[in-house]
Amino acid sequence: MKYIVCVTQSPDTAELPKVTVDQAESGNQGLELITNPWDEYAIEEGLRLKEKQGGSVLAITVGPAGTEGALKSAVAMGVPKGVRVWDDAFAGSDALAIGRILAAAVRKEGDYDVVLTGKTTVDGNGALVPVALASALGAALLSQVAKIVAIGDGKITVERLVEEGREKVTADLPVVIAPVKEINEPRYASFMGIRKASRAKFDVWDAAALGINAGSVGAAGAKVAWGNLSKPPAREGSVVLMEGETVEEKVTKLVDALMAEKVI
Amino acid sequence: MDFAFTEEHDMVRKMVHDFAAKEIRPVINEYDSNHKYPRFLLPRMAELGILGICIPVRYGGAGMDYISLGIVSEELEWADASVRETIAVHLALNSLALLQWASEEQKQRFLVPLATGEKIGCYGLTEPAAGSDVAGLRSTARKDGDDYILNGEKMWITLADVADYLLVFAKTDPSQRHRGISAFMLERGMEGLTTGTIEDKMGVHASNTGWIAMDDVRVPKENLIGQEGEGFKIAMSALDDARYTVAAGAAGTIRAVMEAAVHYANEREAFGQKIGQFQLVQQLIAKMALNYDIAGLLWQRVGWLKNQGIRNTKETSMAKWFATEAAFAASSDAVQVHGAYGFSSEYQVERYLRNSKGAVIYEGTTQIHQLLQAQYALGYRHDKPLRCELPAYDPEAWGEEG
Ligand SMILES: Cc1cc2nc3c(=O)[nH]c(=O)nc-3n(C[C@H](O)[C@H](O)[C@H](O)COP(=O)(O)OP(=O)(O)OC[C@H]3O[C@@H](n4cnc5c(N)ncnc54)[C@H](O)[C@@H]3O)c2cc1C
Ligand SMILES: Cc1cc2nc3c(=O)[nH]c(=O)nc-3n(C[C@H](O)[C@H](O)[C@H](O)COP(=O)(O)OP(=O)(O)OC[C@H]3O[C@@H](n4cnc5c(N)ncnc54)[C@H](O)[C@@H]3O)c2cc1C
Repeated sequence: MKYIVCVTQSPDTAELPKVTVDQAESGNQGLELITNPWDEYAIEEGLRLKEKQGGSVLAITVGPAGTEGALKSAVAMGVPKGVRVWDDAFAGSDALAIGRILAAAVRKEGDYDVVLTGKTTVDGNGALVPVALASALGAALLSQVAKIVAIGDGKITVERLVEEGREKVTADLPVVIAPVKEINEPRYASFMGIRKASRAKFDVWDAAALGINAGSVGAAGAKVAWGNLSKPPAREGSVVLMEGETVEEKVTKLVDALMAEKVI
Repeated sequence: MDFAFTEEHDMVRKMVHDFAAKEIRPVINEYDSNHKYPRFLLPRMAELGILGICIPVRYGGAGMDYISLGIVSEELEWADASVRETIAVHLALNSLALLQWASEEQKQRFLVPLATGEKIGCYGLTEPAAGSDVAGLRSTARKDGDDYILNGEKMWITLADVADYLLVFAKTDPSQRHRGISAFMLERGMEGLTTGTIEDKMGVHASNTGWIAMDDVRVPKENLIGQEGEGFKIAMSALDDARYTVAAGAAGTIRAVMEAAVHYANEREAFGQKIGQFQLVQQLIAKMALNYDIAGLLWQRVGWLKNQGIRNTKETSMAKWFATEAAFAASSDAVQVHGAYGFSSEYQVERYLRNSKGAVIYEGTTQIHQLLQAQYALGYRHDKPLRCELPAYDPEAWGEEG
């Protein structure tokens, strides 16, 4: 079996509120980047599949030089190999283009069974790349996956987290999977992995290597334009203490207040 | 000159920080208030390689450098000093002493299981009547054929009731002071060896601190570490390693209490404004920020010296003295910023204050470090080369499998 994990970098979630509109527009958020937290679940699941089923895992990122951080995290966690995909023609790509580029990279690697992505990036927060990737590959997309139940004989069965609970789905391989955090608890990097990661050199695949028509990706191929960015208003909150003689009285008041606010 | 941590260091920090945040912080209050040693952390830290982080891979360790040891210490103490103490004792005082002084056969026998975390080590130097005055220790080791017979009592020994391998110091020549001391590796289960725990302590409640009693303990000569009469040098060189972890750990305390103080100062209001707006509160926080950086620079210099294989007794003593006093002051100031809430155990800062008092006493009291620094400055003290030096860090050799 061959597993491919798509990873990217993002700012720390806690730091996001510091990003200004100008920084977001420039594409340089002025923050130290870490591995997109959701991608750690994808890495972990890729490693678990390899440990249980055998086979290989490859990590892929689309990004210019200096964005190897997410590949290094993957290696530090135990992924043996990573590839960075970049070409100047990729700059300004929207999610659809990133999906196309990733699909070309996956095809170049060939004979894959499962591609794993994060659920979403914590900055762009589009959750569109997995969709674009699956459609470009012509593979089934299994999003919101909370558990891989079985894999083999050309099929995979998973549990998806849906509003009503969990649903069990079986699909033909290959598939693209975007897991939710219920799927696993990502492992820590190992020291051996850290030593490997700090010395790792990653192959770079460009548009020519992938056979991508430069006009279909990057700014030239973008279908989405970010016209007018603005920050959401800061969240306002206030605290109300429910006064009362007894617990029952306080709870009754609380329930009334919650119903008045249409919270329940 | 280069002031940056390497990418490798950044990854080590993230890994240990995540571990401390996810697995120590959520439970530490419970262990602290019940005065219980969180034993479950040992197999976890063993599995992750933390218990042998700076020991070469061929001796069962993780093969990282000495700066990584400092980072581990800082991140663990960011959660709680008692967990960092386990590293100071098991790894710095015991395992690193073996790496520096033990024979190859002893390294295979003791260091490998310690580095993998299969066995836990402690270090017994202090006695009921001899703390700062190490040369005044009274435990004895009498030669008997191919064995030594050890008698005496050790006091205030971290991990006394936890350790499997106990590195103890006793006089093979009681007529001498420094030169009469030798080092022995005791193994739990040896006849006449008993240990116990000291229950009532001001801080580090989640650390095991205890005593060791030796009543005619027969120790084979294969367990003599270094040569007869070399015990004082072994003890002092091990302290260079452990004081380094204490200094780095203290920086973790400063960071933890500063985070808490900053958070609180941005929330709590008095006289119609956030208390962080008051300049007298700002002064307390400014000192924490300054001292965190000084403590950091001092311990990192030592880590660099260790990596190069350069003797660092003076620099280590300075780092330990400064960082532990600064951590004590920062914790006390953090309690102050929190007002009465800081005085309650509901907010964690009082735990750091209690813990940080221990660190200005153990591993050489502040006064002992002041004496050392004065003696260096006045030219009364010079470090002579040792028969065995702590090996410099060699990334290739340390990563090699055995
Ligand atoms: C600061 C900033 C400025 C932007 N400006 C523009 C703009 O001007 N015009 C425009 O059209 N778009 C813009 N974008 C959107 C950006 O191009 C998309 O967000 C990006 O293509 C990925 O989409 P996403 O972040 O929504 O990813 P999601 O779809 O949320 O990502 C889900 C998963 O897909 C995978 N994935 C995503 N990206 C990569 C990658 N690069 N390499 C490997 N795997 C990946 C990861 O596994 C990730 O967890 C901007 C984004 C940012 C953060
Ligand atoms: C939590 C904890 C854990 C410990 N763990 C260990 C351990 O694992 N292994 C171990 O061997 N020991 C351990 N110790 C013991 C510790 O190292 C000693 O307590 C320390 O060295 C001081 O010795 P003492 O307590 O006997 O104090 P003393 O030496 O009696 O000192 C008492 C006071 O006199 C001062 N003083 C002493 N001599 C001088 C001098 N020459 N000039 C000026 N002032 C002086 C001291 O600074 C101090 O203020 C631990 C102690 C604590 C509190």
